[in-house]
Amino acid sequence: MTAVSDPQSVAALVAEANDNRVNLDFETEGMTLNMGPQHPATHGTLRIIARLDGEQVISAEPMCGYMHRGYEKLTEVRTYPQINALINRIDWLGSFANEVPFILAAEKLMDVEAPPRAQWIRTILFEMSRVANISLFLGDFGLQLGGMTAGFYAFRDREWVLNQIESATGGRFHPNFDRIGGLKDDLPKGWIEESHTAMDKLLAFCDEMEDLLVGNEIFQGRTRGIGVIPAEIALSYGLSGANLRASGVDWDLRRDNCPPGLVYDKADWKVWTHPDGDCFARTWVRLQETREAAKIVKQLLDTIPSGPVMAKVPRIIKVPAGEAYVATENPLGEMGYYVVSKGDLVPFRVKIRSASFNNISVLPWVARGAYVPDLISILGSLYFILGDIDR
Amino acid sequence: MTLLLASFAPPYWLSTLIKVIVISAVVPTTALILGMVFLFKIMSWMQSRLGPQEAGPRGTLQLLADGVKFLQKEDIAPNGADLWVFKVAPLVVLMSTLLLYVALPASMHLVVADLDVGVFFVLAIASLSVIGVLMAGWSSASKYSLMGALRAAGQLIAYELPMVLAVIGVVIQAGTMSLNGIVLAQNDGSIFGWGGIGFPYILTQFLGFFIFIAAVQAELTQPPFDMPVAESEIVSGYQVEYTGFRFLIFFLAEFATAFAFAAIAAVLFLGGWAVPWLPTESDWYYVLGPIVLFAKVMIVSFIIFWVRFTYPRFREDQLQSLAWKVLIPLALVNIVVTAVLKVVL
Repeated sequence: MTAVSDPQSVAALVAEANDNRVNLDFETEGMTLNMGPQHPATHGTLRIIARLDGEQVISAEPMCGYMHRGYEKLTEVRTYPQINALINRIDWLGSFANEVPFILAAEKLMDVEAPPRAQWIRTILFEMSRVANISLFLGDFGLQLGGMTAGFYAFRDREWVLNQIESATGGRFHPNFDRIGGLKDDLPKGWIEESHTAMDKLLAFCDEMEDLLVGNEIFQGRTRGIGVIPAEIALSYGLSGANLRASGVDWDLRRDNCPPGLVYDKADWKVWTHPDGDCFARTWVRLQETREAAKIVKQLLDTIPSGPVMAKVPRIIKVPAGEAYVATENPLGEMGYYVVSKGDLVPFRVKIRSASFNNISVLPWVARGAYVPDLISILGSLYFILGDIDR
Repeated sequence: MTLLLASFAPPYWLSTLIKVIVISAVVPTTALILGMVFLFKIMSWMQSRLGPQEAGPRGTLQLLADGVKFLQKEDIAPNGADLWVFKVAPLVVLMSTLLLYVALPASMHLVVADLDVGVFFVLAIASLSVIGVLMAGWSSASKYSLMGALRAAGQLIAYELPMVLAVIGVVIQAGTMSLNGIVLAQNDGSIFGWGGIGFPYILTQFLGFFIFIAAVQAELTQPPFDMPVAESEIVSGYQVEYTGFRFLIFFLAEFATAFAFAAIAAVLFLGGWAVPWLPTESDWYYVLGPIVLFAKVMIVSFIIFWVRFTYPRFREDQLQSLAWKVLIPLALVNIVVTAVLKVVL
């Protein structure tokens, strides 16, 4: 809550409060509902203090920090390759995407560039982790709205992507595959054909989800017109990713401000937006995004160049003094690392800008006046990962 | 054996004892069967899973194992709970389920009490479970429980009326409120003079069948109407504070009620325990009747559970508007048309 001091704003707030009181005779004392830290809809340990009037939400305030692991401080005592293993755990559903902006920031400071093949594979794995992440969102959102089957289908079909990520990197969830100056290894034999198959499966999964969930009348009734975030509110709260695009803002870091080292300009794809800004729009945009990501992967797989996957970098990495901020369009939104180096083995300071922290900040604004079931729709469609909020 | 059963006329105390034993054996068995077949196996197959595999052949004894597990659990009550109400609430829910089975006919004579107003009795008794739910929610001293219980009570307003109105069409057509009478009317009827398969009322009361199934879905608090026990919203609602055998009783009651309502739907719309080409007076129905009814119950249950595993959840106010703006007008139209046709034809 921001403190309001000037008399005009206070008067306006009082007028609004009085306006909300419909019938003083029947007004009852509200109920404070503590959703979380252990609540199924907060997938993790987010706590939401909801003040309720009956089932209507008067105010909802997210409390974060139950899973704070002190990553920004930890980075100050870890070498750069060690940090790479650490930041895998921020957004644990799309881990590879966490590594890339940090590595790119370090590369920017060291003034090295990964060879083209490494850039291609990086982009492919980046988009694969997006597919893995958002396909699970589709199922999980269905689960939160009571459609159990969608969740299981999502877990089933996400396996196709995870298998590909595992066979390339060795880790299903935490690849730790990106290196300053390139990648740890080249792709295994036959990986490209298998990836084509996996992406086809995921495209079929998107169609299935559209049939089962997104096209369903009950689903639409639960999401359309619920939790509307207008474009100016979305921008002022610093929303990013699909949450922002669902409010009609045509903004995508992959297209607008792609850092060197990722090759999104080599593929033909589209940024989807939706004018409504409601829960349905956010789901729909993510569904389309999964399809686009699968298409990007398929195109890049066909044009992948040959050559080495690692540039010449010293064995012991010392990053020259300087500052760099690199942000990429991660599955959850803009994720950036502000790296300050003093020329040591370890960074002097790293600021992690993760998408979910900002995305969830709009909750008090958007949840006001919603019903408890709508609160679940809003929470689900804002789509946060607890590790991404708390770091 | 059928003759033996037909000539079996025990004294009052013995028949009462037999009825009590049969009901208290049938209710958990039906719950087990539905839970095993639909909740564990068919749900798993629909969701591309295997389901239970280890306990018993193909995992068929999993629910028994779970039941034993529940019985071993400590009986915990929350600190602020109203203990007496808290402990009685599951029994009230179970009682309403047991009473449902009293009027269900498994054949002409295999029925605990062949009531003249069987339909009325069944529908009235089914709503009693909401009292138990309210007791559970209120006494649990938990906000989620309270919200769940109040949702269940609010839901009652939505589904009860369409359910009753949907059944009225059948009652008009059969001309009786006795469940056995309705079965006889269906089996003895004929379609345009052709009596080959009797006259199951689903052919004319398909609208009533649809409304009845939708209302049953709400009565059973199953998706898409599972707001009172929504896991992702209010964490299983009124059941949230229950553990061990008290939770088991809720579980038993839920699935036994599902079976009972599927049986009611089978009796009202699918011809109940009778099969075509076998006259209803036949003694074979002592053996055949329960089997036929069970088969029809499984068909109806499949529809109920198929919907349960597929659809997302409504919001409470959406259920109200669905019931009052769609189901009730449709049911009224159904009643009017049925009544007019009954008089004209």
